[in-house]
Amino acid sequence: MSESIDYWSLVYVFVLAAFIGLGVIRRVSRLLHTPLMSITNAISGIAVIGSIIVTGGDFPPGIRIMGAIALFASMTNIVSGFLITDRMLKMFKSDRRPKQDKQS
Amino acid sequence: MNAVVQLSYLVATVLFIFALHWMNTPRTARKGVFAGVAAMIIAIGATWAQPEVVHHGWIVLAIIAGFLVGVPLSMVPLTAVPQRTALSHAFGGLAAGLVGTAKYYLWFSEGPHELTTFRMVAIIVEIILGYLTFTGSLLAAGKLQELKWIPQRPVTYPLQNLTNIGLLVLAAVIGVAVTLNPTAAWAPVLFPAIIALALVFGVLLIIPIGGADMPTVIAILNSYAGLAAVAMGFVLDNKLLITAGALDGASGLILAIIMCKAMNRSFVNVLFGAFGQAQQAKTGGDQKIYKEETIEGGAQVLEQANLVVIIPGYGMAVAQAQHKVRELYDQLKKRGVSVKFAIHPVAGRMPGHMNVLLAEADIPYTDLVEMDEINPDMPQCDVALVVGANDVVNPSARTEKTSPIYGMPIIDADKARTVFAIKRSKNPGFAGIDNELYFSDRTWMLFGDAKNVVGELVKQLSGNSAH
Repeated sequence: MSESIDYWSLVYVFVLAAFIGLGVIRRVSRLLHTPLMSITNAISGIAVIGSIIVTGGDFPPGIRIMGAIALFASMTNIVSGFLITDRMLKMFKSDRRPKQDKQS
Repeated sequence: MNAVVQLSYLVATVLFIFALHWMNTPRTARKGVFAGVAAMIIAIGATWAQPEVVHHGWIVLAIIAGFLVGVPLSMVPLTAVPQRTALSHAFGGLAAGLVGTAKYYLWFSEGPHELTTFRMVAIIVEIILGYLTFTGSLLAAGKLQELKWIPQRPVTYPLQNLTNIGLLVLAAVIGVAVTLNPTAAWAPVLFPAIIALALVFGVLLIIPIGGADMPTVIAILNSYAGLAAVAMGFVLDNKLLITAGALDGASGLILAIIMCKAMNRSFVNVLFGAFGQAQQAKTGGDQKIYKEETIEGGAQVLEQANLVVIIPGYGMAVAQAQHKVRELYDQLKKRGVSVKFAIHPVAGRMPGHMNVLLAEADIPYTDLVEMDEINPDMPQCDVALVVGANDVVNPSARTEKTSPIYGMPIIDADKARTVFAIKRSKNPGFAGIDNELYFSDRTWMLFGDAKNVVGELVKQLSGNSAH
């Protein structure tokens, strides 16, 4: 079965994705580099799908424990990454809100 | 893998690309978050629904635990965002390392024919990148958090680079041996040695690095975490992992390059850890005299200005002065003074750090100006107010060939008609370099904690307006 995997197509996918990534990221506003980092943290949580397969498969417990820890780590990244990105982005405003803070 | 799963992964890939694409302006950026969340939910759902996933209890537990830790981690104060980011890279590296390890031992015992050379190379790359990112990022997070038991100053020793590269080569050699004989009886015994070497290498890579270099290092670790996910994709034959990891890796790479350019360091120089060498403070020129300005005098000059440019640095973050700075901004705006913020790419401890802090303080992002755009306006600037920045306004970067920061692009604060520099003490800054800006004819110092000094200025200005 493993012989049937087309490794070259995987390498193609990687190279093309890397170029798309470079093209897209280059245009990200410098203002948003911190949120960019936190959203890519969340996206790197995609390791979650590998972890689910290892954790949920019919494997020895030792293997599945490693999977579960990986799953926990990825899930933490996903949850904290997206939440904090949104929290930061909410703060970026082109203009001030109507003034309600009249010097206490 | 059936068509539904493949289609879901494809949709998730497209959504991830849009998520990053929408980050190109603050107006659409929040849409990007929703696209990212949607992509992740689709990816998790499609994976979980596969027939080979038969045990669900641990998955549920791990996801709940992820929420329990992730939610509080997302609520840290914004000054702590650099360490949260580093911690997140550590988690990403750990996940990749563990999945690679689990897969190797699984195939070793249950399907040795699966351990093809291509896969073994991917596994070795995955675990080396994953584990070194894990310990390296943990240490970086600890340094940023200023934990007591972690040295803040760069730790250097003789033959440091040689030791580091030697360790990495050793790990690679063992990796090659295991790759060529993945099913040999000794292979699973040597496998943990690669893990141990990668773990140690991660620590050694970060200990020589000081605070000023953190933005670059965090970006590089971001890239490593992404590449580890790519390697996992090669191991598991999963294109979604490859594309998402590649996006991540590209992002870290671009940020690292931007940071390098902003510090005039070559990328190779940074990659080999030859940076962050403890720079010796020059103690020869201690006789120079600072000119001090009083709060009253400073406030007066500020309110009579037409254009004030505020240059924030890490000192503003440390003192949590961003809200006071906003009050100053309000006071000046009220008097018709135009106020801009000049943002150096490496100001702070991570890329974009200053922008986020100022946005938190409710300063419109339209007034945050990049270095290259503000510099031509600096000669027209009446007052440049330096709040906790140091190296990024040091004119010796332009003139003094022997300076460690020579060649680094700076914000031309020294070209403003008047410079006020807020500084905590009379000691040299983090890099230990004297800043001749402070001794210029046009410069007056305001000594004290950034938050207090700016607060006093605000008090003075609001007092004046009451008359």
